[in-house]
Amino acid sequence: MNQLSVRGVSRTFTGTRGQTTQALLPIDFEVRENDFVTILGPSGCGKSTLLRIVAGLDYPTEGRVLLDGQTIEGPGADRGVVFQSYTLFPWLTIAQNIRFGLRERGMSEAEQKERSDFFIAKVGLRGFENHFPKQLSGGMQQRTAIARALANDPKILLLDEPFGALDNQTRVLMQELLLGIWESARKTVLFVTHDIDEAIFMANRVAVFSARPGRIKTEIPVDFPHPRHYTIKTSPEFMEIKARLTEEIRAESMAAAEL
Amino acid sequence: MDATPVMNSPKPVISAGPVASSSAPHRRRALAPLEPVSTRARWLLGLGFFVLFVVVWSFFTLGGFVSPTFLASPITMVKEGVLLFTQYNFIHDIGMTVWRVFGGFVLATVIAVPLGIAMGTWKSVEAFFEPFVSFCRYLPASAFIPLLILWAGIGEAQKLLVIFIGAVFQITLMVAVTVGSARRDLVEAAYTLGANSRGIVMRVLIPGAAPGIAETLRLVLGWAWTYVIVAELIGSSSGIGHMITDSQALLNTGQIIFGIIVIGVIGLISDFAFKALNRRLFAWSTL
Repeated sequence: MNQLSVRGVSRTFTGTRGQTTQALLPIDFEVRENDFVTILGPSGCGKSTLLRIVAGLDYPTEGRVLLDGQTIEGPGADRGVVFQSYTLFPWLTIAQNIRFGLRERGMSEAEQKERSDFFIAKVGLRGFENHFPKQLSGGMQQRTAIARALANDPKILLLDEPFGALDNQTRVLMQELLLGIWESARKTVLFVTHDIDEAIFMANRVAVFSARPGRIKTEIPVDFPHPRHYTIKTSPEFMEIKARLTEEIRAESMAAAEL
Repeated sequence: MDATPVMNSPKPVISAGPVASSSAPHRRRALAPLEPVSTRARWLLGLGFFVLFVVVWSFFTLGGFVSPTFLASPITMVKEGVLLFTQYNFIHDIGMTVWRVFGGFVLATVIAVPLGIAMGTWKSVEAFFEPFVSFCRYLPASAFIPLLILWAGIGEAQKLLVIFIGAVFQITLMVAVTVGSARRDLVEAAYTLGANSRGIVMRVLIPGAAPGIAETLRLVLGWAWTYVIVAELIGSSSGIGHMITDSQALLNTGQIIFGIIVIGVIGLISDFAFKALNRRLFAWSTL
């Protein structure tokens, strides 16, 4: 069943002097419940714009986005978002950050604690509950951000290049962590990235974006069984998909570079 | 996973200062740009200028280069200071001045901080108040003194109002700017976590701006001290400013200088206290 439906969504930005930039051509796109879909595209292609529209932080110029049949009008707790920049509240501890949405909902202290303890353990941050975000490394901060989004129990998890600022080793471990969480919890996930390995490794389907103005150029299924082990990254099947996506992305990156 | 947190607790930094300088004495480049200086050297240098200042002052006054009518020597100043406390109940003057500063300042804070937060949060509120407040900010508080005497007499209300006028517009504008420059990504994150407008204001904008607001208050408290003295110079029967005007009539420069120094010392103490309080309350912002 399709949980998320993007129907004819386009986005045009208007500059201060009235000039317009078309960021997204009309897009139709569906995500099934409990699916893990990555959106892969060169930088500046509008993939983040699409994610922000789904999150309700930006509005489509045309078209609409439906979540469980309901048109999205603005941001809400039913769509958890993890951003590329570190967006933990610096004045709150790790545990308080994770409880932010729960407190906003008026959940009881005991229940808040139970949930935050569960997700702190899940992202491997036990012992850091009372640290402030700035006392943690970038990877630990993003793990907290994931836990904060999951603690809210959203219908869909939206991630906008969440590991983009991390070093390569940390990034790979974070992918395995997120995939592990998905494999056990089966949340619907929409994950934006420009990293081909990342896109294939976690996803059941990769949607490739064109250069700006963005549209979905092609969708490639990734049929590796779950749970996945990191060693699949060196398998011939993985290499084959990677080669294909590399070609697709290369053409778009070149198109983008010529702009 | 990366299990070691990046800890930057301030503790080791403080103790590292003197240790580092004593372990590598031959590698010190004291005058290299941006080279840090040890805590001990910082204190010595800071104190050094005070000493130098007093030495130069003593040289000119005690050496007879300046007439004692116009400038008292440090020794006379200290003597006059003791007299002020023992004979003229100077502690009462100090108490009056301190209460005026804090009274006017607290009054201004109570009005300006909520108004500033509202202006920073809602752009329509800002558009309504900002031009007027910006205009008022440039009105010199001391120029209001004659008017305020007409309106409020020469009592305490007039003194408090001078401080109030001097502080309220400044605080309002600076708080509005601090709140308005909140990190947009944190606001967006809060929205996606289900926060409503009230949640954004109470749980993102205000806590995020709090250290900046506290810093603004610290700055403006410093300015309030200059306003209070001016307010006390005119139409007053108590306070440090009043003592200074009295001493001027008697050509007692020792007392005037002593009064000025007392103001400086109190200002310094309140500033230190404010800084320490801010560091304590907003430990997260200095991590």
